[in-house]
Amino acid sequence: MSEKILEIEDLTVSFDGFKAINNLNFSMNAGELRVVIGPNGAGKTTFMDVITGKTKPTTGQVTFKGKNLRPYSEHQIARMGIGRKFQTPRVYQKLTPRENLELSCAASKNVFASLLGRPAAGERRTIAGLLETIGLVAKADISAELLSHGEKQRLEIGMLVAQSPDLLLVDEPVAGLTDEETENVGNLLLALAESHSIMVIEHDMEFVRQIARKVTVLHQGTVLCEGTMDEVQNDPKVIEVYLGTEETEHAE
Amino acid sequence: MTAVETKSQLQPDIAPRRRKSLLPEIITVAVLALVFIFLAPALLNVMGQGSRVNQLGRFVALAIAALGIDLIWGYTGMLSLGHGIFFALGGYALAMHLQLQLPAGQIPDFFNLYGVTELPLFWQPFYSLPFTVLAIFIIPTIVAAVLGYLVFRNRIRGVYFSILTQAALIVFFNFFNGQQKLINGTNGLKTDTAQFFGALVSEPRNQTVFFVLSVLFLALGYAFCRWLTSGRLGRLLVAIRDDEPRVRFSGYDPTWYKVFVFAVSAGLAGIAGALYTVQSGIITPKAMDIAFSIEMVIWVAVGGRATLVGAALGALIVNFAKTLLSEQYPEFWLFFQGALFLLVVTVLPSGFLGLLNAENVLWLRSRLGFPPKISTYPSLEEDLEVQHERKNPRN
Repeated sequence: MSEKILEIEDLTVSFDGFKAINNLNFSMNAGELRVVIGPNGAGKTTFMDVITGKTKPTTGQVTFKGKNLRPYSEHQIARMGIGRKFQTPRVYQKLTPRENLELSCAASKNVFASLLGRPAAGERRTIAGLLETIGLVAKADISAELLSHGEKQRLEIGMLVAQSPDLLLVDEPVAGLTDEETENVGNLLLALAESHSIMVIEHDMEFVRQIARKVTVLHQGTVLCEGTMDEVQNDPKVIEVYLGTEETEHAE
Repeated sequence: MTAVETKSQLQPDIAPRRRKSLLPEIITVAVLALVFIFLAPALLNVMGQGSRVNQLGRFVALAIAALGIDLIWGYTGMLSLGHGIFFALGGYALAMHLQLQLPAGQIPDFFNLYGVTELPLFWQPFYSLPFTVLAIFIIPTIVAAVLGYLVFRNRIRGVYFSILTQAALIVFFNFFNGQQKLINGTNGLKTDTAQFFGALVSEPRNQTVFFVLSVLFLALGYAFCRWLTSGRLGRLLVAIRDDEPRVRFSGYDPTWYKVFVFAVSAGLAGIAGALYTVQSGIITPKAMDIAFSIEMVIWVAVGGRATLVGAALGALIVNFAKTLLSEQYPEFWLFFQGALFLLVVTVLPSGFLGLLNAENVLWLRSRLGFPPKISTYPSLEEDLEVQHERKNPRN
């Protein structure tokens, strides 16, 4: 058993009594690519909010590389090595893709380093390489608001990688993409998985099948079951959750 | 089309976009400053408008405050309605120093009115000119940094920030207004009858010095703001403006960036306040009038946000419009100001400088008979077939 990069014990998050996360236990090994699925309202996004420090747990704890994350705020957690990609692409619209990547890549992120520092040669090379990986070389110097949805998705994944985190949290990376783009993003994630731990939240089952090794199903704020894609798909509880109610997802 | 050409055109642009050289701009600003200093007063005097020189100097001072507003509002998206505080702090600092230009043992006249016989302790350091010069921008900077830290640390943003700054403004106004025994309360401090380097502050020689200083500080302030906003810090400010929570997840703590830029802008307002005070002859708590702080925002909105040049121009234009209009139709100005603001908000959201956008420039070029310049997506520009067709339109 390799080292745990992320461990979550008895996590509960309640908003005014509503338990978005209910006594959840979860762990992930270093180097693992994990897909988290679950119907709407299962608590997937709250789950990511807690890991990245946006929401504080009501009870329970989140441990990253052996450190309890509770006392840290978002930017500190980000610097510790957790990167997050949002559901709808959130890139800095008025900056160019290159500038977006530069901001994410910068080694030192305090005020005076930003004021006086110049990007180091290594950083510039990383950025040039990333622009190529995400296929935005030709559009590197136009304002990011002019990019298409798919390009923004790729740019945000690029920003995530530029941060060089140990753990990538990726929320619905292929929402609104064409089949071809979906496959590209899938390959990009698989390539990244070779050197990072990645957690992906996704609805698109086709895509999940493309990338998943191990799948965790969330339902009503707890882990319903965990296993390979086949195991999960044949689990009667999962079938009930996804098919037994009216609000079925994009599940086949 | 040869293979070599193809290769060079497809070569991705790996060279980083460097901080653009600011040299041409620096020269332009320096030349403009010199023109302002040497030509503007002479020209106005020739035209028989000598009194306008003083006005121009005052408005140039206000333009310095506008630069600060542009930094925090235009770039960082924080709408401060309380910059009158910092403006007044700068003004009071210099006014206190000037009030103290008295024979040894005397204290400023107004103290006698309230039966104060001994100079309050906090006046003492203002005997020193170097201290005063530092105080003019450091006191507002510190006040803004403390206020800003408390506000930004608690993630107070947007409208709530604006309301808070306005509330702070009212607190300061009431305090200054009520402290007769400390700073002459509502009457304020007069500077024009004080001595400065052996002459009255209001004398032409001194006024010329202040005019020149205003222009110089505007040029320096502009250069400083340009430098701040042209690098990574400037881009981060824009990122904070557009999506502050996202910035945190990129590993930046926006709090310190906002404290920093808020403090810088307060320092600029302090300098503006001091220069304005000596050219208008008095500083009173009215500098912390709510309307005045809102006017500062209007200058920037009219000129164009996040342009710096626009902020400075806006301050000059709006204030001259104000003077000229209120001379002709005293009761008319406020309506005009309201209309101007409405016009800018509805028709020109990026201010007068926004008129110089790419589209209008292209239109002007075509009007003047230049060949149209086509700009498309870079992917199109790199498409060899498109290039070929453009070069050989008749094929």
